Amino acid sequence: MKTIRYLLKNQLALTGVILLLFFIVIGSLAPVITHREPYQTTPYQMPRSGFWQMPRAPSSEHPLGTTQGQYDIYYGLVWGTRTAFKIGLGVVAVGAAFGIVIGSIAAFYGGIVDEVVMRVVDVFMSFPFLIAAMVLTTILGKGLYQMMIALVSFGWMGYARLIRSEILHIKEVDYVQAARACGASDLRLIRKHILPNSLYPVLVQATMNTGSMVLAASALSFLGVGTQVGYADWGQLIALARNWIMGKGGNPFAFWYTLVYPGAAIFLFVLAWNLVGDALRDILDPRMRGKKA
Amino acid sequence: MITYVVRRLLFLPLVLIGLSLLIFSMMMLLTPTQRVAVYAPDAGFMKGGAEFIKDQIELYGLDDPFLIQYGRWIGNLFRGNLGWAESYSMPVGEALTQLFPATAELGLLAVLPIVLGAIWFGTKAATHHNEPIDHSIRVFTILGWSFPTYVFGLLVLMIFYAWLDWFPAGRLSHWATMEVASEGFHSYTGMNILDAILNGNGRVLLDALRHLVLPVITLAYVWWAGMVRIMRSSMLETLRQDYVTTARAKGLAERVVENRHARRNALLPVTTIAGIIVAQLMGGLVITETIFDYHGLGQFAARAAQNLDFPAVLGFALYFAVILVFVNLIVDLLYAYLDPRVKLG
Repeated sequence: MKTIRYLLKNQLALTGVILLLFFIVIGSLAPVITHREPYQTTPYQMPRSGFWQMPRAPSSEHPLGTTQGQYDIYYGLVWGTRTAFKIGLGVVAVGAAFGIVIGSIAAFYGGIVDEVVMRVVDVFMSFPFLIAAMVLTTILGKGLYQMMIALVSFGWMGYARLIRSEILHIKEVDYVQAARACGASDLRLIRKHILPNSLYPVLVQATMNTGSMVLAASALSFLGVGTQVGYADWGQLIALARNWIMGKGGNPFAFWYTLVYPGAAIFLFVLAWNLVGDALRDILDPRMRGKKA
Repeated sequence: MITYVVRRLLFLPLVLIGLSLLIFSMMMLLTPTQRVAVYAPDAGFMKGGAEFIKDQIELYGLDDPFLIQYGRWIGNLFRGNLGWAESYSMPVGEALTQLFPATAELGLLAVLPIVLGAIWFGTKAATHHNEPIDHSIRVFTILGWSFPTYVFGLLVLMIFYAWLDWFPAGRLSHWATMEVASEGFHSYTGMNILDAILNGNGRVLLDALRHLVLPVITLAYVWWAGMVRIMRSSMLETLRQDYVTTARAKGLAERVVENRHARRNALLPVTTIAGIIVAQLMGGLVITETIFDYHGLGQFAARAAQNLDFPAVLGFALYFAVILVFVNLIVDLLYAYLDPRVKLG
């Protein structure tokens, strides 16, 4: 109830939630609202009508037109929604989980363990994110899962740092000291008392990062080290649009649909997550939690 | 202060060793045949046939244990041998040194509007909290924050290059490239703008600036949004502090309170983020340079990655990591300068 009232009062947050719901609906209805060709071995492979390079304008057969290589833009966008969710949620979930474990260990044991772990975090952080992901994807080879592994490998440090500072703060609070005095084991202390109370900032961070991960993944695809050719992925659609931005025959906007539709999809998806993350931060703000109690 | 800098600089090799270990471990995921290229001194090397490659694997001990290979690789690095960049047909080290000025020029030009613009707009939004100007700045930043660099860049290119033909892609026009390469033009830094000024060549200066407008706007807009957000919330926070109220109570002009008392303190979080921005700017450079066909390190890295040119990609990663470590050191020093409460050491 409280959440709904908040949403109604806060239009930006409401926009985010509606956008996100829209993408969820599109993603789940993908098999219903697209037509699968018999030769497609997987629905994630975009169907193509011919091998002609030049994109074709929207028509009754291709409602949003075709891009370079005659891939259907509408089909790519719809199935690309699923790809985006896979990347965003998958990378963030695994990365956050890993970061939480590492950060908790560092914070809880402190001393030399903390020092070593945090220096490792420093090393990972001194590697520019997009470039690191690019290098690892290059090494692992093209493909969705290779790309996700690369993004996770260099996307966990933020969570580790965040949870560490949260825990260091909470560790000194009275109720944790009390539980320790009662003889609670380390694991029990972490699991029952410390983690649940330090997770909120991580949750907010994770929501905000979901959009960024999708951005990073599509950037990799755009640079040609992401998904395989023809995979339904928004970044790849933009990569395919790249050769056509000069237009043809004096009309620079002749192929606008190849860029605008996939661009809008990525933009709105990322926007949705950012708005929801912003709202979550408001709702979960410790000061507001205090009022509720 | 000096002890701190010395300590940080002593710490630097540790980070670099860690980093090189990380990069090397990633490289070890490749097969020996793929890794042979790292040792190649020139273009003919890799075309020696399967037998030759096999010999080279043995010669360079690419099947040896991890640590032995790592030691050898580091030894090569120290001798300045980063391997052969097949995608650029020159040694990696040479390519990096040659392309660095171009990227530095673009990056530095982009950082200025990001930082100055962010401080100005963030302050404006905070001092006019919940007024129309604040709302428009907020909407603008949220939009910019979600905008993919490459989509923005391609749109800008479509409008200002393909349609209006105001700002071309590339780094210099053909005639200017010839002029820069000619004998009468002395290359001091490799940065076109600076060199043009030093040579007193206004035409090259104008041409270089014309080519830089679009990439700088693209780089700046996306990161600018994030910085404005941080500056705004930081400024809002500071304006609520007691010492600001005290300053107001003393009857100081609002301008003085905002600029002298609030803004300086609100700058702190922005400084911290600036380090992160530089790191992300480098990622942005890869995309931006690719879009605008700007011959710099970013385009080099993107092309190398696409061609699975491992020595080039690894050399580039190492290069930027070193720069990043130094940037972070500078940021920390700046932080201490801005906030007297922070004691280094």
